[in-house]
Parts: sequence; structure tokens; C-alpha cells
Amino acid sequence: MLTTLRPARLGAPDVLRVGATGLRTRPLRAVLSALGIAIGIAAMVAVVGISSSSRAELDRTLAALGTNLLRVAPGTDLFGEAATLPPESVDMVRRIAPVETATSVALLTAKAYRSDLIPTGESGGIGVYATDLDLLDPIGGTVADGTWLSEATAGYPAVVLGHTTAKRLGITAPDPAVLVWIGDQWFSVVGILDPVPLAPEMDLGALVGREAAATYLDWDELPTTIYTRTREDAVEQVRAVLGATANPQAPNEVDVSRPSDALAAQQATDEAFTGLLVGLGAVALLVGGIGVANTMVISVLERRAEIGLRRSLGATRGQIRGQFLVESLVLSLLGGAAGVLIGVGITAGYATSQGWPVAVPPVVVVGGLVATLAIGAVAGIYPAVRAARMSPTEALAAV
Amino acid sequence: MSAVAVERAAVAHPDPRGTPGTGTPGTAPGDGGGPVVTLHEVSRVFPGGVAALRDVHLDVHRGELLAIVGPSGSGKSTMLNVIGTLDRPTSGRVLVDDFLVDDLDDRELSALRASRIGFVFQQFHLAAGVPALDNVADGLLYRGVGRRERRRRAAEALDRVGLGHRLTHRPHELSGGEKQRVAIARAVVGDPPLLLADEPTGALDTAAGAGVMDVLRDLHTVGTTVVIITHDRELAASLPRQVAMRDGEIVADGTLAPGGAGTVLAGAGGAGGAGGALGAPSTTTDEEASC
Repeated sequence: MLTTLRPARLGAPDVLRVGATGLRTRPLRAVLSALGIAIGIAAMVAVVGISSSSRAELDRTLAALGTNLLRVAPGTDLFGEAATLPPESVDMVRRIAPVETATSVALLTAKAYRSDLIPTGESGGIGVYATDLDLLDPIGGTVADGTWLSEATAGYPAVVLGHTTAKRLGITAPDPAVLVWIGDQWFSVVGILDPVPLAPEMDLGALVGREAAATYLDWDELPTTIYTRTREDAVEQVRAVLGATANPQAPNEVDVSRPSDALAAQQATDEAFTGLLVGLGAVALLVGGIGVANTMVISVLERRAEIGLRRSLGATRGQIRGQFLVESLVLSLLGGAAGVLIGVGITAGYATSQGWPVAVPPVVVVGGLVATLAIGAVAGIYPAVRAARMSPTEALAAV
Repeated sequence: MSAVAVERAAVAHPDPRGTPGTGTPGTAPGDGGGPVVTLHEVSRVFPGGVAALRDVHLDVHRGELLAIVGPSGSGKSTMLNVIGTLDRPTSGRVLVDDFLVDDLDDRELSALRASRIGFVFQQFHLAAGVPALDNVADGLLYRGVGRRERRRRAAEALDRVGLGHRLTHRPHELSGGEKQRVAIARAVVGDPPLLLADEPTGALDTAAGAGVMDVLRDLHTVGTTVVIITHDRELAASLPRQVAMRDGEIVADGTLAPGGAGTVLAGAGGAGGAGGALGAPSTTTDEEASC
């Protein structure tokens, strides 16, 4: 006969099966309390997923656009007056060794209107630019419809409209018969551009040739903005010398910027907002954890008879504690897994609707599940200890 | 975990079930070997000063079928909890299957309950929504038996209590008597030497109660020691030995032949020793009214 008393260990499947008792017998309550966790995790996963999908989209865009575009614009002089660039500045910039291309535009004082009957005040924010013919390549612009300016059209009253400009003026397709009123002259619309992410000011532009600008719009031949592409490895060096090169007399009056940085900076702003939303998700998760703890406390109170029975069947205090801890963990983990699925689903839906790549960092998924396990453990400890401390006779007396 | 080895407090007795000549109803105390339960000067005083047990002496011998009988408040439930190691006495010694309960910690007591004691409760305590087979199989959960083996032995145990045709029924599909027989099957699925039943017929009508008692007598017939707590004098009188309690003390302990002398428990209509044979469930069980 046996002469030692040693409680048997439950195998892992039995531990899980016993731990899931409460979930099987009260499925609705299990679902509701897991729902809190699910919402918290879903919110966090979706926020991070959408943010990283947006960043993946930005990376893709920047990879396509290139990050080696530099923009040189006149700033203000010491007295706050708008400065200008000298006429030879474009040629000077071209002479910097790593510079591949350089082109210029000049913002004119003339405004563009749909007809000569529009009041002059309603310019719609549209800027009229005198442009070099080689503008499109450096800024990464493409023609959506019609043609770009040519040697032939540059001297005539012909205009290419930016993407937003065409919308504001209500012009859907270029046609020599479609005219816009610029300065005191009708210009034919020969082309419409796609949006230009690296030079968004061109979206609100009406672009005319240099000769036409000089002939019809009283252009003083001074460029206002230079766009230049440099070798990728020399962007910062070129940037350092651009001001002095473009305007040797007053380098401090020149603003040099890197448009791709502006896009990235916008992304950084988005990230601060993302942090806030993740924080809100964490609050939801915390509330969900409290819901699980509440469910477990009630469950222990309601199931005193079951606890007493299990003790009479030979369950040790440790096994009772383990049962309720496992139940809490399973409950939280179910919520966490559902939350991850929902969060990934939301991310996929939103990213797809925006035409972005779907990117959910694996660390977020793993981190979310680990967080739910931690919450389940914390939420379950007190009820489990309470269940284990219950004396078998008291437990059995409760019906 | 450190190896827990608990010395038996007394020399092990031969297993009465292996001894020819035992196992007939009405076995006299001491016939089948030494006591399976010994209470020595046991008192249980609850906080507040209520003494549920005062200086109780009791030996329960292997193979016995006895009733602990008394009105509510007499301390019989406390006695059952102490015998079943669910409660510890305030003073005195308790031996169960030759283990001195005082020396055991929670883990050892749990192991003792798992391997040596089966419980049957008035309220059945079956898990709702769980088939009878799995309810019974849970009786072996804390003994380290694999699930397949648990279910196989559970089917056997259900067959033994006459419910071989009810394996997949859930508690709400069973009558009260059937529920209690499922609970009995759960208590004996691990073949414990000691079966403790707390008012097993208390929640049942007469016919269902008789069916349950038949099952308990059958178990006694094959050697299980059965202790039944009841307030029902008539029921107690139908059993070979009665221990009468009042105010935490044993006021009478005797064997009873119907109408016999030497007992304070002479009740009317006691039909002692009416147990059926194993595997031949009584016909009365088939006509239980459902609850």
C-alpha cells in the first residue's frame, strides 16, 4: 500500500480544461469581459498599424520621389522686406560640382482668373509662375493631361495648370479653346499637371513660359525659386553652400530647404498624435483589465460550491489558485487575440481604402498579446488567492 | 517540491476487500481489520465559543456501514467534515486510513482526500452543463489519472450505480435520484476505502432516496466503508450501526437489529441489511420521481 501522500500534478491539457470551466459554463459573461480587453488591444494595434502603414506609404513615396531635391527661395532682408535672387543665380548653382540639374521659376504679380469678369480679389490663391522648360524633371512633376510647355508655346500666351488650380478654375481637360484670364491677357490651357508632392506650391500654380511672361506679364527676369537635384551623397554639402552661391552678396537672404524633409516632418507630427491615440488605447485596455478582475472576483464568489467540491475531490490550494489564474489568463488572452484580429482588420481596411501598403509591426502584435497576459495575471491573482484561501467547509456550505 | 513521506501512524491493516468472509451486510465492527477512521478526544470549537464537537471518540472499522444521526445542530456535519479532513479539530487526534491528520499539511491532506475519501453531498454538486460521464471522471482529476482512463473508469462507475445508459446526459436532464447516483459514482470512481455521505437522501423523495440507499448498500457489500450522516432516524435504523449525536457529543453508539435491545435508537420500521448484490440494481430505482 502507498505510504506517502503526494498530490498529483495536473497535466497541461487538464490545467487548461479546468481553467476554461468558467468560460464554458458562462460564455456570455466571458465574451463581455473579454470584449473590454479586445477593444483596448484593437485600438492600440489599429492606431499603430495605421500609423506604420502611413509611414510605409511615405517611405514608398520618398523612394519614388527621391530625397535629393533642394529648394532655394529668397527670404527676407534685414529689414523684413521680401528679397529676390540675382538673375545669374541659376547658372551659379549649376556650377556646383555635385549638382545634377537646376531650374528656376519666378512668381509673378499677375493673377489667374477663369474669365475677365471675375473680381480681381477672387484670385483663389493661384500663383502665376514664369518657368524654365526643364522644370518638371527636377521637381518630379508629370503631366496628367495635355502637354508641357515647349520652345514653341513658351513665347505665346499658353499656360499649364497645377492640379489644384485646374480644380479651382473648374477646368477638367486642356484645350486651345479653353482660356484663362491672366494679367490682361487670355491664355490657352495646354496641359494640367499631376499633384507634385515635393513642390506642392506648383499644385496651386499657373505656369507660363519665360518669354510669354516677359512679353505679356511684365516679368523683371528675376527668379524667385530654384529647384536643384544633387548627387545623393552630397546633399548636405551642397545645401551648405547653396545660399552663398545663389546670392553671394546676401547669403542670409536666401532660404534653402529640402522638401522631402518637410514630408518627413509632417509624419513626425502624425506620430505625436499616434502616441496620444495609443495612450487612449492603453486606458481602454486598463479598463478591460479591471473588467476581467471584476468578473473573476464575482466568479470566485459564485463558484464557492465548486471550489469546495474540488477541494473534497483532492484539489490542493495551489491547484485551486492555478485554476482561477489560468481562467483569468485564458479570458484575457482570448480578448487579446480577438483585439489583435480586429486591429489588423481595421488597419487593413483603412490602409487599403487609402491605397497604402498594409504594415502592422509584428512587435505590436506580440506586445499586445504579452500585455494581455500580464493584465490577465494581475487581474487574476487576487481572486485566485481568495479562492485558494477559502476553507473547504465554508465553500461547501454556500449553495 | 520536497518529497513528502508521511509515516503511517499505525501498522497497516490488511485490505478488508481482499479478505474472504467479509463484505456481507451487517459486518460487526472490527471484523474486517483495524479502524479506517479513528477520532480520539476530538473537539471542535468555533470562533465565538460554540463547541460543535466535545471530546468525541469514534472508531470506524473497515467495511462498516454506519449512520451518524442526530438533529440539526448536533455536530454531525462538523463530525463529517473532521472525518473527511475538510476541517481540522481544535484538539484531539484524527486518524484516517492510518494517517495522523494533524501531521499533514494542505498538500498532503488534499492527496489524502483524493486517494482515500469519497464525498457525497445533499446538494449533489454536479457541474452544470457537463455530461454525467465527465462529472464522474472529475472524481479522478486530482489523482493524476489520464483523461482517457478517467472516462473509461467513469463509465464503469456509472454502470455500477445503474446509470450505464445515462453517460451523455447532463445534470438538468436527470432526475434527483439519478443526479445523486452520478454524485456517488464520482465519489467511488477512484475506489476510495472510505465513502462519506452527507444527507444523501435529504433532497430526494422517498422512492428516489430508497434507490440511492440501495446503491450505497451495494457499495458496502463489496467492501467500501460507508458513513452516512442523516437526521432521519428511520433511515439510520435501517443501517447496521448507528452513532447518535446531540450537542456535540456521542450519546449512543450501537448496532441495531430491528426492534433489538441495547440501543437508544430503536426506531419503527427499520429494515436493516436490505442491500442488493453488486451489478443487480434494485428495481425501485427505475421508478424514481424526477425532481
